[in-house]
Parts: sequence; C-alpha cells; structure tokens
Amino acid sequence: MGRFHVHADGTAHDHAHLAGHAADHQHGHDDDHSDGHDVGDHSGYTETGHTRVTILENLLSENDRVADDNGKRFAATGVRAVNLMSSPGAGKTTLLRKTLEQLSSSLRIGVLEGDIATTLDADQLEGSGAAAISVVNTSAGFGGECHLDAVMVRSGIDRLPLMELDLLVIENVGNLVCPAEFRVGEHARAMVYSVTEGEEKPLKYPVMFRAVDVVAVNKVDLLPHLDFDLKAFLANLTSVNPSARIIMTSARTGEGVDEWCDWLAAQSSSV
Amino acid sequence: MHELSICSAIANAAAKHAEGRSVSQVTVQIGHLRQVVPDALQFSWEVVATTTAEELTKAHLIVEEVPAVVECSDCGVRTTLDMPILACGSCGSFDVKLLSGEELRVVSIDLVDA
Repeated sequence: MGRFHVHADGTAHDHAHLAGHAADHQHGHDDDHSDGHDVGDHSGYTETGHTRVTILENLLSENDRVADDNGKRFAATGVRAVNLMSSPGAGKTTLLRKTLEQLSSSLRIGVLEGDIATTLDADQLEGSGAAAISVVNTSAGFGGECHLDAVMVRSGIDRLPLMELDLLVIENVGNLVCPAEFRVGEHARAMVYSVTEGEEKPLKYPVMFRAVDVVAVNKVDLLPHLDFDLKAFLANLTSVNPSARIIMTSARTGEGVDEWCDWLAAQSSSV
Repeated sequence: MHELSICSAIANAAAKHAEGRSVSQVTVQIGHLRQVVPDALQFSWEVVATTTAEELTKAHLIVEEVPAVVECSDCGVRTTLDMPILACGSCGSFDVKLLSGEELRVVSIDLVDA
C-alpha cells in the first residue's frame, strides 16, 4: 500500500512502501504528512498493534545547533569565518597560500584545515604567514567523512587562539557534494573552481554552487590550452546561483589574487 | 555520499523518541535537492539501525522523496523541477522561491504496541 500525498503545487502522487511491510496489518488512517502536525502527536492506530509517533525532526538540527554555537564563539571573539570549498585539486591550498602571503601583514588569519587524513595541506601552508593552523582529520570513525561538519569545526577551533585572530579560513575537505550540506558557523562561503573541471559542473553539483557567496574561477592561466567554454560555464553558474560573485584567478601567476584578497579582507571587516 | 552519517542521525532521532519501545518502521522525507541516494540510504540503514539501538533492530526505513517545487516571483506559476535548476517552467525567470525539495527529516516512527 502506498501513501497518497499532495504537494504544495497541487501535484499528488503515491509513494510505494519500499521496505518489507508486513502484509497482515493495515493503516486505517489518513496521513498527509503536512507540516501542521504537532511534534509528539501520538496519532495511534491501535487496531494494528502499532502506534505512530510523529517526530518531524530535521536531521541537520543537531549540526545546526552546534554551528550556531560556533558562530557565537566567532562573534564573541571578533573573528569572521569563511568556509572554503572545492573539488580535490582545484587549487584551494595554493590560493590560500598566496592569500596568506598577501594579507598576513594586515590581518591575523587562522586556518582550519579539514582533510580526510594527513597534514599535507597544512604543511604546504608552513611559513606562509598564517597566525595559527589547526588540522582536523575526518578519518576517525567509519571510513573517513567526506566533509567538515559543525562538531568537527568545534573541535578544530578549540585548538585555535580565536582572540588573536581577525579572520578564520576553514578549508573544507575537497569534495563538491557533501560540504555544501553542513553549516559550520561560518559568515560567508566561498568556493574555488578550476577551469580544468568542465563547464557543466554547476549543473551537476547545484547544491554546492548555490550555497556559496563567491566563486573563484581558478587556473585561468590555462585557458589558452583548454577547450573550456568559459561563457557556457558562466551561464551555467548564473543559472544555479544568480547572486554569486565571480572572481577570475590564477593562484599560479597571481592574476586576480588581489581581487580575491580584497573580498576576503572585506569579510573580516564587515559586521 | 554521507548516507551513513545521515542514517546515524535518523537512528539517533528514532531511538530518542522510541524511549525503549520496539520500532517497526521509521519514515523519513528527503527532498530531491538533497544529494541523498535512496538505495545507499537503505543499505546504510541495515548497518546502522542494528548497531545503534536495541529498539531499532526490526525497524524498516521508509524513504519518501519530495520533489523540488518553485514559485515564480514574476508570473506566480509553480513548477515541479526535473532538473536542479531553479527557474520558472513558464516564463524562464530565475527569480523563484523554493517551496519544497530541501527536506531532510524524520517524519514519524511506528512503535510496536506492548
């Protein structure tokens, strides 16, 4: 038996029960799953020997609660936090190194490095001018998490002297899917995209491209050597995120790094 | 890609509300804009449910998928999206409000009456 179900736009359809549902009992009640249910509503159907308890609990609520706590700690210590995301190899760490070299004389910048394992990214930032670096390896647990969540960031900032920082850059795990789903308490979200990735990526990973305030389009020094269609990429990006700021960069040649640094510096002074 | 962690969150929420009673079914809603693969969620559930709490060892997971629906701010038309591009299906405007599709929640649990 399916569960008939009307959506806000008037479309209605039937959800088949996917998993082995005992055939010997029946649900003798309407269940439209509207948002109007009271939490904890014990709308029972005792004739079947089962009682349904309505929960309506957002699965990210615990993450979001910790993210709010992180945000309060940033506010109390006067730190602005930027969540930096990208696929593996887009150039996050290289761009970050250039950024630190350029901004460390004017801003006290901390870095929280999220990585499934190893401290290679953090090692690459040695001597770049970061005021403090904290590494969070996500490999603890089942096979390594594919993202930083609010709880991991909380443990990372426990090891940072927040009072001595103006800006915290949270370098997320290289991944275009999962990091976008988890708020960590950041003030702004940025992504590094490289032109070697293909122009269709915003359509394939819309959650990521939609979640960010700014996209650094990196490795533009390679454009003459690629078949990459920049115009098509920008059209795809705008279609999933019309308000994203776009900055063309090459961490290798330094092109656009000034503009990127200006954006970051502006984050640290905005209230 | 993080179906295991999502299953852990589902199992924790379900176990908390079960308060020691045996659960026969857990119903979740997952919006189409969430990058969750229902089959991977079912597979993860088999692992997670049996190891999280005694109450969940016999619990089936029911996944209700919620389509992404937008309402156009320009022409008012509602569109059910078949692509994750937030645009009006009628006039093509990108100035749309998302009405559904980002759900990620436990709706209910069914308890076996003692």
